Amino acid sequence: MRYLPKSASERLEMLQAIGARSSEDLFVSIPAAYQLKRPLKLPGPLSEMEIIDYFRARAAENSRGYASFLGAGVYNHVRSVVTDTILQRGEFLTSYTPYQPEISQGTLQAIFEFQTLMCQLTGQEVANASMWDGSTALTEAVLMAERLTGRNRVVVARSVHPEYRQVLATYGHNVGLQVDEAAFTPSGQIDAAALRASVNQATAAVVVQSPNFFGVLEQLPELAEIAHARDALLVVAVTEGVSLGIVRPPAEADIVAMEGQSFGLAPSYGGPFVGVITTRERFVRQMPGRLAGQTTDHNGRRGFVLTLATREQHIRREKATSNICTNQALCALAAAVHLCLLGKEGLRELAQQNLAKARFAAAELKKIPGMRHAFSGPTFNEFVIELPRSVKMVNAELLKDKIIGPLPLGNFYPDLTKHGLVCVTETTTRAEIEHLAASLRRALAALV
Amino acid sequence: MEGLSDRIKKAGRHPSQSEGLIFEKSAPGKRGIELPPLDVPVVDPRQALGGAHARDAVNSFPEVSEIEVIRHFTRLSTWNYAIDLGMYPLGSCTMKYNPRVNEFVARLDGIATEHPFQPVELSQGCLKILKVLQSCLLEITGMDAITMQPSAGAQGELTGLLLIRAYLESQGDPRKKVLIPDSAHGTNPATAVIAGYEVENIRSNAQGQIDVERLRGMVNGDVAALMVTNPSTVGVFEQRIVEVSEILHSAGALLYMDGANMNALAGVARPGDFGVDVMHLNLHKTFSTPHGGGGPGAGPVMVKKILEPFLPVPVLVEKADGTLAFDFNRPKSIGRVRAFCGNFGVLVRALAYTLAYGPGIRQATEDAVLNANYIRKHLEDHYDLPYKLPSMHEVVFSDARQKKHGVSTIDIAKRLIDYGFHPYTTAFPLIVPGALMIEPTESESKEECDLFIDAMRSIAEEVAADPELVKTAPHSTRVGRLDEVAAARKPILRWKPQASGEAAD
Repeated sequence: MRYLPKSASERLEMLQAIGARSSEDLFVSIPAAYQLKRPLKLPGPLSEMEIIDYFRARAAENSRGYASFLGAGVYNHVRSVVTDTILQRGEFLTSYTPYQPEISQGTLQAIFEFQTLMCQLTGQEVANASMWDGSTALTEAVLMAERLTGRNRVVVARSVHPEYRQVLATYGHNVGLQVDEAAFTPSGQIDAAALRASVNQATAAVVVQSPNFFGVLEQLPELAEIAHARDALLVVAVTEGVSLGIVRPPAEADIVAMEGQSFGLAPSYGGPFVGVITTRERFVRQMPGRLAGQTTDHNGRRGFVLTLATREQHIRREKATSNICTNQALCALAAAVHLCLLGKEGLRELAQQNLAKARFAAAELKKIPGMRHAFSGPTFNEFVIELPRSVKMVNAELLKDKIIGPLPLGNFYPDLTKHGLVCVTETTTRAEIEHLAASLRRALAALV
Repeated sequence: MEGLSDRIKKAGRHPSQSEGLIFEKSAPGKRGIELPPLDVPVVDPRQALGGAHARDAVNSFPEVSEIEVIRHFTRLSTWNYAIDLGMYPLGSCTMKYNPRVNEFVARLDGIATEHPFQPVELSQGCLKILKVLQSCLLEITGMDAITMQPSAGAQGELTGLLLIRAYLESQGDPRKKVLIPDSAHGTNPATAVIAGYEVENIRSNAQGQIDVERLRGMVNGDVAALMVTNPSTVGVFEQRIVEVSEILHSAGALLYMDGANMNALAGVARPGDFGVDVMHLNLHKTFSTPHGGGGPGAGPVMVKKILEPFLPVPVLVEKADGTLAFDFNRPKSIGRVRAFCGNFGVLVRALAYTLAYGPGIRQATEDAVLNANYIRKHLEDHYDLPYKLPSMHEVVFSDARQKKHGVSTIDIAKRLIDYGFHPYTTAFPLIVPGALMIEPTESESKEECDLFIDAMRSIAEEVAADPELVKTAPHSTRVGRLDEVAAARKPILRWKPQASGEAAD
């Protein structure tokens, strides 16, 4: 087997060295009754060529050749071959968690740079080394708010990504978290007046997403004022990081939970991505996850280490801030490399292109009879359209034109079956947008 | 190099270039990505979003060219140790070879490009990958049903405990406590708390095994489960595991197995056959997906039939017409543990690994156990071996002998760096004071094992002859031992521009 570096005679020699007669002897400590007496029934073994053929065949069964207008937390953005070139360096790809700083300075410095970039983007003071994804980052941010305030109730906007809310519900269920939901208004934003009435002395945090699941920007200063008036925290989720190139950062938030997939990571059917938590410096000791910090060695040279580990499970066990151990380090590296490549100007231009394309698409779709924009609030690269028909029926028609249409919001909001979420990024061409508009016209006509 | 003996065979001098932070190389106007021209009318963000929402620029964001980015990160990479450079004997972490074909297939057009919300009829390839990997993992573990959603081992643990909780709740009482041996990974107790349980630790017996008599006394109607790692963190198979399982079951409690050490069992023994009710696997350990400097991983959870109704939504199902789909209608489900379909790209890599071996995965297990025992045999005269039961995929020594010279496990570990190896796991498991936890994995040749043995023996001699040499190691790295106390006392967790404090925007 090509992955195993021993010849038969070396195996024999090593077995003899340890006093074993055969490989059976290696497992004497497993009672015979529980040993498997037959070969495993597994496909393979396959050569490298066969493995590639197998996955190429699977790839051909997917969506190739279709234009897609899906976003909703997973975005198709430009990715540079440079990012992947760095990622595939064995020294990054095949290294372990940098617990031994003398031989892990590459990973540690890259994490330190990632943390800095995340702070700069979100207008916060400290960032961790990554969380599993945006949904778990948001959940951990809420649990962090619970610890910081000593309160156990949170008010979550219904316009937060539905799957993020589902994850929060799963985690919150057994730790006494009370989750109340706040409605949205015709602007697509959280109902601030209702929120003001709902936040009380038991509220640990107000939780919103911006741009929210409908693509609409929330009025964060007002929401922060509402939360802070009751000594609650404002927790803001960001699923589309590219927006931060032109959208004011959530600087008034107390904790930000961001999904960094937009920064150089492929959609990859939902993962691996990179969550991150950023927050205020005074909250850092309640933060979950690893942190890289700057220090010096005995000669006074700058170096980096994992620090404040007394928050973490391998030191604190049942008193840890979180159970997270393995995180998404390589994805964080990808995000760091990608953002360094983009730089200040590139990120801004990227965000502007997303805005321009989405506005163009919105205008084109609005021309179609019976189609209306569902919400009036300001949007970035996603917006909700309301169709005269169910989105699912319309999408079935669009598939015939090789278009994956708007995300049917009825999947998550039973009251919004005619609403579809459209995402347009810099990778969407004008021709594709015009094709979508034409196809929608045809689909609606066909369904009359 | 000063202080390095001629006996160091694997390591030599390696050029290590100086490199500052990327922010320190920045100059206005440079960039490393250019976009195609915009093919729609330009929109002014201030006008479109409103002045209150618009941002002009991200202050102090780096501005560098493509070649500078390449050089920066390539130079940083040369400061890392990696599996691609040599043996990584980290006990409990299973640092094995990460096959490159796994990386290749995970990046294929049609796999890396797929969106989790695209219609299932356009996702059959992705779903087949999930389905085949599920069947393989169930066959390897001998379990009945599976979820691929958990992002890593710790989330797998949480999922497993939530399944146990939901099951017990359906029986009328979720119960209060989870029992955890003192040899367990730190994630186990941290997870139990998030699942809403109190943790009660069980002391191991003199052989480092679960103390079955003690367990019998502790299991009662308050106990929901026992979380056990098998083989245990001292690298020894829990020989009375079925008895343990029976004690739990007779009291209505369940047995959770942390599958971190599955590299000792694949193809040889199946947890489903020795009484385990629920377990997770770490695909970034046993199934070769790269650690990437700390992640991503994947922590699928396998269960017995009784727990299946509670699995996270959605569940992959095969429809009457043979196509695959997701079933969201699972009224007893614990819910979602993360958005979308888990770390799908990691699952792709794990399947590529499994297909490469097929049933031959047993050979990998045999080689992993052989390497650990070979190293044990050649080091047991030089290092204290606290637990004498036969080792499986890893061996745990202690620094008891070296302590007499004032040298501890961390010093030996740091000295190992000078010999060209990554340190073994130090100071874990907690039941071995001054532990040296060594897991070579099957990826090491006899030659590499011999080099490691030579290095460890040589260090043992140095400890006796020149303990200071060992206590001040490493001597060959770009930076020496770093001041971790200062790092924690006054944390510097980000770069800031020198002149002034940075405004948010």
